[in-house]
Amino acid sequence: MSNENLELKKRQILSSQVDLSKFNSKNFEKATDEEKAQQEVMGESTTFFKDGMRRLKKNPLAMGSIVVLALIIAIIIIAPIFVPYSYSDMITVNGVRDKSASNLGMFEYSNAEMKYMESTGESLFPHIFGTDSLGRDYFIRVIYGTRVSLSVGIVAAIMVLIIGLIYGSVSGYFGGKVDMIMMRIVDIIYSLPDMLIIILLSVVLKEVLASKIKGTALAALGPNMISMFFVFGLLYWVTMARLIRGQILTIKNSEYVLAARCIGTKDGRILRRHILPNCLSVIIITTALQVPSAIFTESYLSFLGLGVSAPLTSLGSLANDARGAMQSYPSRLVIPAVIICLIVLALNLLGDGLRDAFDSKLN
Amino acid sequence: MSEESKYLLEVNDLNTSFFTDAGEVKAVNGISFKLEPGKTLGIVGESGSGKSVSAYSIMQILAETGRVTGGEVKFRGENILNYSEKQMQKFRGEKISIIFQDPMTSLNPVFTVGYQLEEAVLLHTNKTKEEAKKRAIEMLTLVGVNEPESRVKQYPHELSGGMRQRVMIAMALCCEPDVLIADEPTTALDVTIQAQILELMQDLQKKLGMAIIMVTHDLGVIASMCDEIMVMYGGRVCERGTADDIFYRPAHEYTKGLLRSIPRHDNMNEKLVPIGGTPINLLNMPEGCAFCPRCDAAMKICLTEKPDEIQIGDGHTAACWMNIKEAFEAQEV
Amino acid sequence: MLKYIGKRVLLAIVSILIVSAITFFAMNAIPGGPFNKEKATDPAVQAELESRYNLDKPVTTQYVLYMGNLIHGDWGVSLKSGREIWPDITSKFAVSAKLGISAMIFATIIGIVLGSIAALTRNKWPDRLIVFFTTLGTAMPSFVLATLLLLLFCLELKWIPVYNSSNPNYILPIISLSVYPMAYITRLTKTSMLDALNQDYVRTAKAKGVSRVKLIFVHALRNALIPVITYLGPQIAYILTGSMVVENIFTIGGLGSAFVTSITNRDYTTIMAVTIFLAILMVVANLLTDIAYKFTDPRIDFNN
Repeated sequence: MSNENLELKKRQILSSQVDLSKFNSKNFEKATDEEKAQQEVMGESTTFFKDGMRRLKKNPLAMGSIVVLALIIAIIIIAPIFVPYSYSDMITVNGVRDKSASNLGMFEYSNAEMKYMESTGESLFPHIFGTDSLGRDYFIRVIYGTRVSLSVGIVAAIMVLIIGLIYGSVSGYFGGKVDMIMMRIVDIIYSLPDMLIIILLSVVLKEVLASKIKGTALAALGPNMISMFFVFGLLYWVTMARLIRGQILTIKNSEYVLAARCIGTKDGRILRRHILPNCLSVIIITTALQVPSAIFTESYLSFLGLGVSAPLTSLGSLANDARGAMQSYPSRLVIPAVIICLIVLALNLLGDGLRDAFDSKLN
Repeated sequence: MSEESKYLLEVNDLNTSFFTDAGEVKAVNGISFKLEPGKTLGIVGESGSGKSVSAYSIMQILAETGRVTGGEVKFRGENILNYSEKQMQKFRGEKISIIFQDPMTSLNPVFTVGYQLEEAVLLHTNKTKEEAKKRAIEMLTLVGVNEPESRVKQYPHELSGGMRQRVMIAMALCCEPDVLIADEPTTALDVTIQAQILELMQDLQKKLGMAIIMVTHDLGVIASMCDEIMVMYGGRVCERGTADDIFYRPAHEYTKGLLRSIPRHDNMNEKLVPIGGTPINLLNMPEGCAFCPRCDAAMKICLTEKPDEIQIGDGHTAACWMNIKEAFEAQEV
Repeated sequence: MLKYIGKRVLLAIVSILIVSAITFFAMNAIPGGPFNKEKATDPAVQAELESRYNLDKPVTTQYVLYMGNLIHGDWGVSLKSGREIWPDITSKFAVSAKLGISAMIFATIIGIVLGSIAALTRNKWPDRLIVFFTTLGTAMPSFVLATLLLLLFCLELKWIPVYNSSNPNYILPIISLSVYPMAYITRLTKTSMLDALNQDYVRTAKAKGVSRVKLIFVHALRNALIPVITYLGPQIAYILTGSMVVENIFTIGGLGSAFVTSITNRDYTTIMAVTIFLAILMVVANLLTDIAYKFTDPRIDFNN
């Protein structure tokens, strides 16, 4: 069949199928580029950060956790300004130690306080959570306990981050023999039973540090707390270091780093500008999840009586102190227990939310 | 069977959507085709054109979020979309089998090759374990795997990519299905291995007589072995016809663009022209022709109305307003 | 494979040596020995005691002597009670092991079942319920759970008798100990199950005509269990340390509470013995899971 015949046949078939009269020549004018572009509805282009934030905002659990954490932090910062009691000393009425103020229930006043209020007519700040067996306001103790627990968590996470980041990037970036030796060390630390070592070292360091820091500014923190930071920093960085090394090895072998190297970019700049930004999300998420795990460990130690030293307190040691009289005064046990759970829960949910929102490998 | 037709498989106005957080993604929008026993149908299109999803819809192995929202899939006259999950389990692997793109991930890493082959045999026959093992070895020999007796004891990761794809083919064919769907069977393989696998498939088709649906983005693969070719874009059929129709008398602007973009021996001296723009966003489909935003010849009507498939020759159809325009102009003259 | 196991055993021995060295030198760094009581002891008696326990020799010599004895099965005598430590460790470990192993089995079975259910009913009510409780479970330290359970069921409701050694009731200790790992295993199983169900090989199996039940429990679960197995080994550490707290709360005389008591008593030899014993236990557990892991996942190359 010749081409002309073919065309003819094609037209015949077409006209039998389509009613051409319903078209006019306008239909077949060429469409302009603008018109075509209008048809093309593209997905919005966003940056990595914006996209992640959008996903995070859509996650009600993560947003709720942020609110809860913000509230807790606001309370522990502001409350000591308003509450006129001290976490370490017995309640005083009119400058005199109030012996009757021990073991008060929530919002109760002691006899001495009642008398004082009657006589002067001024009202005293209520004991929101009551008082403990030594006559100390329990609310303010819980506030300070939360401060200690949270700062242990945050400081530990930051220490882990710093050590892990430096160790991991050096090992991953230089590779070869350096990497091998550094990773063997990590392997060995990793295989140590961490909880045993933590307990052991925190006991030992406490004893050793007690004499060393006497009279310095660090003494206010107490040897227990410093030894705890020390031990956390010493043991928990390995996971972070492994993670960062793994990330860096992957990124190091990517084409864009090769491209940067080809145009003569220096090592330091490659590390800062190309490698670190690309493992940032993993680092942030891991650090966020490190905080609750450190709080957990601290509360264990405090609960075993190995944590912060009196009169300083943490949520774990508050719970431990309350065990003796837990049948008579269950609220003293329940309050710190609930706050630990709340903080850890919120941090876990936030960490999970961050991971879901920012970890590109999961999306 | 009630209405014995000459077609083994008939797909009519199939629609499949994925229901994601971002909205309904219409992956397949009313495709139809018929397949005769022993013939080969090729489905070509770029990523996201709905070609693989069409294949999965037939097998009903869509991802969790995916659902067939309309149309029918008739196998020997029976609409298998109405099958219960139990009936479907019996159907899959026995009547229609499928092989996938990536042989690296398509075999279960924790089971031996032999276990996975025998499982397929045992599911659809009354064979004993011993007989199933014999069948597995027989199939491996058939697909050209050397030393099949020792291969059955190996794990997938111990085999090369080409070997694994042979195992996949053996697994798909061990119950002698009537239709084999090949979803980009050669995309993940080296070029030399690609040719071997295609040859093997044609060879097995001659021996076993099954029909093949070849899903690919590679026009070269299609040209050599398909009786009919279907070109898809944006979940719709643009054009269908024989290899000659598609390669020498393309009637859809997308097909024409596609052919301009690949090297051919008969236009070696011409410059290759890529298709501009980006593949369409299936979340927000254009109102008119799906290809219109990227089409150089787009007309006013293309913006607002979807073209129907129009027959333009024996077994050659295309859904492009250009054909109507030509007819309209011819009538004016 | 033998080479791999040999390498792992070597690493294990190195870890045990390091743990014992850390413990030993740490113990000696504490100012004030076990015989430094508030009341000044007669210097002659003290010198006599110190030489009896080799405390007068240099620390490194003490360490070598100690490790030498250990290899011969001599775990030393308690500085506090003067009794042999080894029989004490074994009898107390029997109690801890009973508690720990029951809790671990409980946690693993329930965790895998709940995790699978959650994966299969994703975003429906059973999944949401399981997610809610596991999230809570991972946020609750075992001492909180243990004290609350004790308070509620033993002291207030009096449904379950308080634990005592003549009539041991392990229900509450097991629950307190297993909730965290159970929650964790549930989450792990769910994630890896969902991951496995999305894999190409599950689609292949489905396309072969494999039934849904077999798809989940044969093709997906086998792969999904790989991360769970890797988790179980280090979990031994959690169970043992968690049991320190739980044993303490329920006053169960196990190894965990013995460790804490020995630390507060500065009973050097007992601390050493318990630490090394627990370290060996954990290292062996890690070793076994590593080997089990390599058997579940045939892709792992033993020579690498």
